[in-house]
Amino acid sequence: MSATLTTTSGTTTPSTQTLRAGAFGNAVGLTCRACGHQQDLGPFYACLECFGPLEVSYDFPDVTRAQIEAGPKNIWRYQPLLPVPTDITSSRNMEPGYTRLIEADNLARELGIKKLWVKDDSGNPTHSFKDRVVAQALSAARELGMTVFACPSTGNLANAVAAAGARAGMKTVVFIPHDLERPKVLTTAVYGGTLIAVKGNYDDVNKLASEIAGEEDDWAFVNVNVRPYYAEGSKTLGFEVAEQLGWRLPPQVVIPVASGSQLTKVDKGFGELTRLGLVDESPYRIFGAQASGCAPVSAAFKDGYDVVRPVKPDTIAKSLAIGNPADGPYVLDTVRRTGGSIEDVTDEEVREGITLLARTEGVFAETAGGVTVATLKKLVQTGQLDPDAETVVFNTGDGLKTLDAIADRVGPAATIDPSYSAFTAADLI
Amino acid sequence: MSVSVRVPTILRTYTKGESEVSAEGATLSEVLESLDSSYPGIKGRIVDEQGELRRFVNVYVGTEDVRFADGLGTATTDGSQVSVIPAVAGG
Repeated sequence: MSATLTTTSGTTTPSTQTLRAGAFGNAVGLTCRACGHQQDLGPFYACLECFGPLEVSYDFPDVTRAQIEAGPKNIWRYQPLLPVPTDITSSRNMEPGYTRLIEADNLARELGIKKLWVKDDSGNPTHSFKDRVVAQALSAARELGMTVFACPSTGNLANAVAAAGARAGMKTVVFIPHDLERPKVLTTAVYGGTLIAVKGNYDDVNKLASEIAGEEDDWAFVNVNVRPYYAEGSKTLGFEVAEQLGWRLPPQVVIPVASGSQLTKVDKGFGELTRLGLVDESPYRIFGAQASGCAPVSAAFKDGYDVVRPVKPDTIAKSLAIGNPADGPYVLDTVRRTGGSIEDVTDEEVREGITLLARTEGVFAETAGGVTVATLKKLVQTGQLDPDAETVVFNTGDGLKTLDAIADRVGPAATIDPSYSAFTAADLI
Repeated sequence: MSVSVRVPTILRTYTKGESEVSAEGATLSEVLESLDSSYPGIKGRIVDEQGELRRFVNVYVGTEDVRFADGLGTATTDGSQVSVIPAVAGG
C-alpha cells in the first residue's frame, strides 16, 4: 500500500534545483496551504503565487510499527515520515527526541483531571523542542548545498542552531532580540559562531532575517527559507506521544502557541499516523496556550475571527512572544476542527504554572511550560477541557533558561548556623 | 516623495531581478500605484481584489509594520524605505 498525501490540484512551478536521489526521503514536493499551488523541493518557503506557507507533501511507502520500534531512540526512528534521507543517522547531528512522557498523577489530582501526561521536551540536547526542528533544517541545508546555518530566535532556537552548527562543522549566524534572557544569550554564545543582538523585538528580528534570506542564497535560515522542512520536526512530538501511549492518539492535547507551527504539525503528525494505519482512527481535541501579553491567536479565537491581528508582545514568556504568528490562521483552523479551544494566561499565572509543575511532578519548565500548565488549569476551571478525558500537556523547554521568572517566588526556608541546635530552633519541619 | 522599495525574491520577476527599486508617493497606496506603473502587475501580488493587503504579505515603512500604522494609508516621506516581505517566517 502506498499513501499519497499531496492533497491539492493547484498549478505547479518547476524547480531548477538538482538534488541527489532521496535527499528528502519520501517527500515529493511543496504545496501551498493557502492556494494549493505546488512547487518542487528546494529552498522555498512562501508560495510563488500567493505568498502562502509551503508544506512538505509525501508519497509514503508502507511503514510499520515494528520498523519504527527497531529504529534509534531518537527522532530518526521516524525517518520514513520526515523530509530527510535514509542515511540521516550517519550524519553529524544532535540526535534529539524520544523524550520522556511522564505520568503526571500528582498534577492531575491537584487539577481534578482523571488522567494526565506531561511530554517533557526539556530533555533534548539543548533543552527544548527546537532540537527536533533544527535537525530537519540542518539536513535540508546540507542537501541544498547551503553553507551558513542561521536563524532569528527568541532563545531556544538560538541554542539549538548554534549547537547543531557546531556539531555539524557549519558556520552559524544567530540573530536575537537585544533584551533576551541572559541565560539564553550565554547558552547560545558558548557554542561559538556569530551571535548578533538586534535592537528590537522578535518580530523586528524576524523581518531582518527575511530580508537577509532574500539576498544570501547560500544561507539556510532554519525558520525562513528552509522553514517547510524545519517545521516537519514538530510532527515527531505527536509521533512520540502516540507511540509512548502504546500506539494510540490522546483524546486531548494542550500545546503552546508562538508561531503556531508546532500545534499544526502535531495535528499533521496525528493525521499521518492514522492514514498509514499506525494508530486507530480516534477523535482528539487540540488546545492552544498563549501568554496574555502576547495572545493574538487566543484573541482571534475568542472573537470568532479566522485571521490574526498582530500585537506588540509584552510578557515574561519570551519564547512565545511572537506578535505576528505565521501559522496563526492554521492554528485557528486546527483547534476549531478538532473541537478544542485557545486560552491565555497572565504572567503571574505563568509563574504559578512553573512552580505548580515543579512542585507536583519534579519538572522544572521554562516560561512556555508555565503557560501550558497554567492554561491547562484555566481550561479545566472554565469547563473547556473535559477532566474525565485523558490529556497530554507539552513542556517544551527547561526552567534553567528562565530563572528570573521564579527568582522572587522560591528560595531557602531559612538561613541558619551550622549547628543542630540552630536547626531545631528554626522549627522548619 | 521618492521612496525606495525593497522587493522580495518572489516578486523580482517583475523588476527584472532588481532587489531595490524607486517609486513615488506620499502614502503607501500611492507608492504601490507608482510601482505598478513601472512594473505592471506587481501591485496585484501585494494587494487583493478588495484593495486590502494580502494575508501572507507584510509591508513595512521604515521599521514600522503598516498593519500597526494606517495600513495602505500609511504616510511615506521623501527617502522612506518600503519593504515587502513574505509573512510566513519565524517561530
